[in-house]
Amino acid sequence: MNFLERTLAGFLSAMEHALDAEDLAKTHGLLQRLDPRIKVIGILTLIIGAATAHKLWVISAVFAIALILAASSRVSPLLLAKRVWIPVLLFTGIIALPAPFVIPGRVVWRLPGLGWPLTAQGLLSAGYLVTRVETASTLSVLLILSTPWTHVLKALRVLRVPVVLVVILGMAYRYIFLLLESACDMLESRRSRMVGELKGPDRRRLAAASVGVLMSKTMQLSGDVYSAMLARGFRGEVYLRNDFHTASLDWIMLAVFAALAAGALYYGR
Amino acid sequence: MPVPVFDVREVTFRYHRVMALDNLSLAIVPGQRVALLGANGSGKSTLLRILDGLAFPEKGSITFCGEVLTEERLQDSEFTFPFRRRVGLVFQNPDVQLFSPTVFDEVAFGPLQLQWPREKVRAKVEEMLEVMKITHLKDRSPHHLSTGEKKRVTLASVLVLDPEVLLLDEPTAALDPKSASQMIDFLIGLRGGAKTVITSTHDLDIVEDIADQCFVFQTGRVVAAGTPTEILRQTSMLEQTNLVHTHRHVHATGATHSHPHRHPNKH
Repeated sequence: MNFLERTLAGFLSAMEHALDAEDLAKTHGLLQRLDPRIKVIGILTLIIGAATAHKLWVISAVFAIALILAASSRVSPLLLAKRVWIPVLLFTGIIALPAPFVIPGRVVWRLPGLGWPLTAQGLLSAGYLVTRVETASTLSVLLILSTPWTHVLKALRVLRVPVVLVVILGMAYRYIFLLLESACDMLESRRSRMVGELKGPDRRRLAAASVGVLMSKTMQLSGDVYSAMLARGFRGEVYLRNDFHTASLDWIMLAVFAALAAGALYYGR
Repeated sequence: MPVPVFDVREVTFRYHRVMALDNLSLAIVPGQRVALLGANGSGKSTLLRILDGLAFPEKGSITFCGEVLTEERLQDSEFTFPFRRRVGLVFQNPDVQLFSPTVFDEVAFGPLQLQWPREKVRAKVEEMLEVMKITHLKDRSPHHLSTGEKKRVTLASVLVLDPEVLLLDEPTAALDPKSASQMIDFLIGLRGGAKTVITSTHDLDIVEDIADQCFVFQTGRVVAAGTPTEILRQTSMLEQTNLVHTHRHVHATGATHSHPHRHPNKH
């Protein structure tokens, strides 16, 4: 696969992921039925519970709760493994890798040949890091997969995120698809006129030129969008509608989230 | 003689060094349905932007219902709020106008900016979605819509404010035949209403249906004005302004001939 095809495949994959997430958010699972504000608060408290716990079994228990939430929200473990667990394990694993060798403590094993000591305390530290990150990432992705992105953004208002930031993020999400389509069209038209492989400098030149054209299109688009906003009464202040409604299930789940997070904080001391 | 909705006098506008409008003058009276005809780059869209107070000429003046339209005037909320409610612009590229996360949010954007009460916003938006037959799209994101659906949403997002003046930039551009036909039916439905409708187009097939008065543009100037019937009769002028072209074709008998051609699907 050449440079253009790889880039194109990357763009398409990003769009597919976003569309998959939107489809999943429309299903009728437990998390999907909750008010997004309750979900944001509930999941955030669980993340805080896992992040502050100093006992591995407590973090593992919160991870188990995340698995139960995933199962009751029709999010498959395979999807979580592909999107979260494996990439997070690889990324965090690299960061955690030196810990078992550099943290002093009881030596449990020595690396053959080099003789580097592997300590129990070091393994525990690495275990904490990996399980905490896996748990927090799983919970965050569950929020994103069970909630349309636009609702997630609006729900952030409950955490006092400024309305301007919510609107900017919403517009960025809206136009990223348009620009992705534009980028795909550009690369496809380039590919349709190409024969043979591009050499390194040519690839870099092509990438730089594409970025430049996209930048220019973005600038043009942003000017036009601003005009369209002005035309409908925008004068610098943004007003958003808020149509979320809480039902009894939301309050029950909020209490459950709070109890679980409090348990994690208490037992994880 | 009623006060014109828009009175454009000797307006000149340039994009850097490129002349878009050249000493242009025209007046539009209330309730009139106007077609701005011209080839690409003739200045139609620029005029619509100027009429909507989004661009300002380097020379000349524009009045809206007798009030001078200037950049300073549009900084004043006392003037801007009613002006934005009374004048609505539908852009040619719907993606420019659809910047909100969902269709409902998009249609609600204008009313929310004009600070209508929340319940009124909800009721008006739902009513407009119903009128435009797009209620089923209300929770959809704009990037999931077809071009025809996007056009209907952009129209709904402007009509929800119930503007007295509707500015439409190439409303049938890039639409499939069915969507174009629906759009034209909608514009025909505005006939005899209280709205002033100004449509920019180069589609001569729809002019008689959507306009009572036409202005033909070429390189930023009005080169002809009149009723659709009067304008469509002036074949050589339409050829000069690139609105029709000479079509050469071979008949089954083998004879070749040419004639001015404006219908893409008829000979």
